[in-house]
Amino acid sequence: MGQITLQDVQKSFGPVHIIKGANLDISDGSFVVFVGPSGCGKTTLLRLIAGLEDVTGGSILIDGKNVVDVPPAKRGLSMVFQSYALYPHMSVRGNIAFGLKMAGLPKAEINRKVEAAAATLNLTPYLDRKPRELSGGQRQRVAIGRAIVREPKAFLFDEPLSNLDAALRVQMRLEVTRLQKQLATTAIYVTHDQVEAMTMADKIVVLNAGRIEQYGTPLELYEKPANLFVAGFIGSPKMNFVNGAAAAKYGAATIGVRPEHLRIARDGEGWPGKIAVAEHLGSDTFLYVDAGALGTLTARHVGELDLSAGDDIVLSPDPSRIHRFDKDGNALRS
Amino acid sequence: MARMATNRRVAISTVGAWLAGFLIFFPILWMVLTSFKTELEAFAIPPSFLFFHWTTENYATVQERSDYIHHALNSIIIAGGSTLIALLIAIPAAWSMAFSPTKRTKDVLLWMLSTKMMPPVGVLVPIYLIWRDFGLLDSLTGLVIILCLGNLPIVIWMLFTYFKEIPKDILEAARMDGATIGRELIYVLTPMAIPGLASTLLLNLILAWNEAFWTLNLSTLNAAPLTVFIASYSSPEGLFWAKLSAASTLAIAPILVLGWFSQRQLVRGLTFGAVK
Ligand SMILES: Nc1ncnc2c1ncn2[C@@H]1O[C@H](COP(=O)(O)OP(=O)(O)OP(=O)(O)O)[C@@H](O)[C@H]1O
Ligand SMILES: [Mg+2]
Repeated sequence: MGQITLQDVQKSFGPVHIIKGANLDISDGSFVVFVGPSGCGKTTLLRLIAGLEDVTGGSILIDGKNVVDVPPAKRGLSMVFQSYALYPHMSVRGNIAFGLKMAGLPKAEINRKVEAAAATLNLTPYLDRKPRELSGGQRQRVAIGRAIVREPKAFLFDEPLSNLDAALRVQMRLEVTRLQKQLATTAIYVTHDQVEAMTMADKIVVLNAGRIEQYGTPLELYEKPANLFVAGFIGSPKMNFVNGAAAAKYGAATIGVRPEHLRIARDGEGWPGKIAVAEHLGSDTFLYVDAGALGTLTARHVGELDLSAGDDIVLSPDPSRIHRFDKDGNALRS
Repeated sequence: MARMATNRRVAISTVGAWLAGFLIFFPILWMVLTSFKTELEAFAIPPSFLFFHWTTENYATVQERSDYIHHALNSIIIAGGSTLIALLIAIPAAWSMAFSPTKRTKDVLLWMLSTKMMPPVGVLVPIYLIWRDFGLLDSLTGLVIILCLGNLPIVIWMLFTYFKEIPKDILEAARMDGATIGRELIYVLTPMAIPGLASTLLLNLILAWNEAFWTLNLSTLNAAPLTVFIASYSSPEGLFWAKLSAASTLAIAPILVLGWFSQRQLVRGLTFGAVK
């Protein structure tokens, strides 16, 4: 079991208020990703759940029990650190076994579990090496092995893949997701990479300046962003925002249209503009369009388009895909 | 041409380094040489460097007149005991200051160091009276306590600088792995800090071995370590250079051997964790 509930969790470092009241309900077995810009408090929130920091206010419930006064060792969670944080003086075997040793398991059982975990993670040939004799990807796997072997109530990951190269990252992303589904253990995963967030998560928590802006499935965030921040943060390239008269026409202070929801035409109804930059990727075409008073708009077309910089075009938003926001930036629902 | 210039520079600095090393080592060498001279030759002018009548009679006399083994054992107990106790106190202290610092941590560190700036003679009378009232004069316990307290600030400082180099993440990982604070210290922090602990231990052993102020003032015979043994040859019947040298050579021999075998650790210790 690993159900985690946050109730008005607050954290201050001295006078600085970092986490400003977080409420969250993470159901057992789900994969939840915290995303947000650098410095928004993702790591802090994760460390509060881990118990590595004390809350300033509020409560954290694990399986219904308030754990704010329980030390990290007793919370039954395991954590994978960005820096891997392997024990440098222990072999891979020692690293993976450490938690089981602390739990006082019999030697034979420890060995069996360590070997099973090593097999799952393709670490068997390296069991007797020291961490410094491993590559970054292998170290990462040891860190994951150390986390899974204890069969915790939940895994906490703090940007575990950010030190890996792009190809390895994609591969590890798949491995982590598959492992989590297979073990059916709750996972909380911190990242600032929204592709990781969208692809891995059952549910995403978008954090901004210590507040939870929205909590929902990846598609909910994409289709129904609660406010301007979430709308701008989720999706790549970023959503286009238009203010003023063009927005007022739709009864909103600001409207947002994703680049993939702008129809591109040589002429006709819509927002006229001149192409400033055209990027041809083969699979997609990205156009950065100078649309006069509306500013620079980004448009995405799947497939190749025979357009280049300097061409005059007209962009028309898909009316069913326009996001409307009031003057405080909150989404208007019709 | 460039290569020759570099070669010459290397040669000059090599000679310079050997010269400096020899100058620093010279007093010790001279002491050892003197210990093999007769009392007359010991203060002959001009002094003879190597061509004198070599004799071991000083060593025989020293051994006869005072019990070297007794003092050496005391030195071992005092230096070893005070160092071990200081480490036991300093490890948790340095751990807490390095990994959960508060606003006042820096002040506490400075305050501890400031106690080392006070000349020990300034507190001789109160310490002497306290030791007398508690029956600690001329006792091994008394000397272990005073040397332990005296070196504690340095030990904590050294360990603090070593611990600061250890990533906090690793200790937190141990905590997440279910380790209690005690086990975190024993299984993770201590083994990772072994090089630092070793150099702290060695340096502190040497400091305690050579400590002369408190040992001379607080002990007479029973608990007297080698420093007292040496001092007994510089008074009161006048100076006997050769015997004094023989006693000193005997006194520093164990620590010299220890130092020789642990040079690498010592260099690390003396640079206070500045080089990794
Ligand atoms: N121990 C601390 N003392 C004081 N301020 C802190 C401490 N830890 C974090 N902060 C502050 O809290 C804020 C949030 O930090 P946090 O590490 O949670 O950000 P993050 O969202 O994980 O960012 P990143 O994506 O860069 O890792 C930052 O402004 C940081 O400066
Ligand atoms: Mg972070």
